[in-house]
Amino acid sequence: MTRGRVPWPLVIPAALGLAFLVLPPAGLVLRAPWSTLGARLAEPQVLAALRLSLVTATLATGLCLLLGVPLAWALARGGFRGRNLVRALVTVPLVLPPVVGGVALLTVLGRNGIVGRWLEAAFGVTLPFSTAGVVLAEAFVAMPFLVISVEGALRGVDPRYEEAAATLGASRWTIFRRVTLPMVAPGVAAGAILCWARALGEFGATITFAGNFPGRTQTMPLAVYLALETDPQAAIVLSLVLLAVCTAILALLRDRWVSGP
Amino acid sequence: MSDRVFGKTARAAVALASALAAAGCGGAGGATVTVFAAASLTESFTELGRVFERSHPGVKVRFSFAGSSALARQIVDGAPADVFAAADHSAMQAVTDARRTAAAPRIFARNRLVIATAPGDPGGVRSLRDLADRRVTVVLCAAQVPCGAAAREALRAAGVQVAPASEEQDVKAVLTKVRMGEADAGLVYRTDVRAAGGRVRGIDFPEAAHAVNDYPIAPLTGASEPRHARAFVSLVTSARGRAALAERGFDLP
Repeated sequence: MTRGRVPWPLVIPAALGLAFLVLPPAGLVLRAPWSTLGARLAEPQVLAALRLSLVTATLATGLCLLLGVPLAWALARGGFRGRNLVRALVTVPLVLPPVVGGVALLTVLGRNGIVGRWLEAAFGVTLPFSTAGVVLAEAFVAMPFLVISVEGALRGVDPRYEEAAATLGASRWTIFRRVTLPMVAPGVAAGAILCWARALGEFGATITFAGNFPGRTQTMPLAVYLALETDPQAAIVLSLVLLAVCTAILALLRDRWVSGP
Repeated sequence: MSDRVFGKTARAAVALASALAAAGCGGAGGATVTVFAAASLTESFTELGRVFERSHPGVKVRFSFAGSSALARQIVDGAPADVFAAADHSAMQAVTDARRTAAAPRIFARNRLVIATAPGDPGGVRSLRDLADRRVTVVLCAAQVPCGAAAREALRAAGVQVAPASEEQDVKAVLTKVRMGEADAGLVYRTDVRAAGGRVRGIDFPEAAHAVNDYPIAPLTGASEPRHARAFVSLVTSARGRAALAERGFDLP
């Protein structure tokens, strides 16, 4: 289909949809205390929170790619029984309230958790209240976005290319690496961006599992929440910073990696 | 076929509309008192709500329990509340400044901090001094919320320096970390330890007297039920109300 005029039955709902998504952030921009913006940005705690947010969201996305792409492949191509059940399980973190997700992580990876107890005894590693804990909480909440996007992309791939590669003697691992992965790259990129954005905005699981300590586990959403308690204006500024940085990075990446036709 | 679908949709719409109408008026023409109260009042106020409904047939009491400052913000922004009970002065002050209190706020309860220790007391905490030990994992409320401000005041009065592992967003979050054993100890209100029902132990300490939280209550202007709002405030400050609060661990003025 060529690009052209949007048919009119779609115009009104599309415009309403856009307004619904754009107006609330625009409200933030209108209410922002612009005069004190510069001074707030220079506060070391704000920069620490911003840096921590960007670093942890990126690490969480890396972890999700490492684990999520193979999982998506298994769901799309694997010939095992109970695949529908596994697919449903993958989406559980999407429906779970993030705070409950944080408690769930504590029961497994906490100091008294099933795995966490062993981690502490064997390696002296405790995840709660650590930056690693933030990464895990974000990855837990964000990974389903990646898995679902990549699985969808894999299902859309014409299997004849893979079959052709197989008839030419390529191993399954080579096919995955040289044929499948390049074909689903746009889907992986889109999923990674969704995943990163979700990780960046993560609040509930992070504060429950990793706690809140400036410079170590206090990401931007946590800083925003606490600022809201005493100084709503500061909270608006912090939200705008997060919004601006996030939008800028996504716009750049989109042009570079997932530019459509 | 389209008729059948339409009929189904219409029936669903009627059912939805009537459900919404029923939810909206909260019972057959009865009055509803809406009380905004600090989260730490959940148990005692729920009980007092039942007492009030028994003595005022046809009147329903509806609660919104949350952090005091969040509730104050909602009231200032025009939330339909009849009574506000806060866990500190500053939240009530915000509401008073916005001219939403219908009478002068009255202090009806006080809450003091205690040290909460995790099940089995893995940190071996006996006193406030033990919290300064680096090997003890301590969580506190963030300084921005009332329990955090009180904790810092008490620690300053005691001359104890604590490096917390986390600064939590509210007192229940501190309690959760202690109850699950993620932290060895935390500073919470005595009422929170009481509500946790024996799973965490509370240790009193004298410096808590330097950081006692006053709980003010006031009926609000623009109340839909001003008479019942005043009656609920009277119940809270009555002997019956004081008994319910004392039972939950509150000090009384």
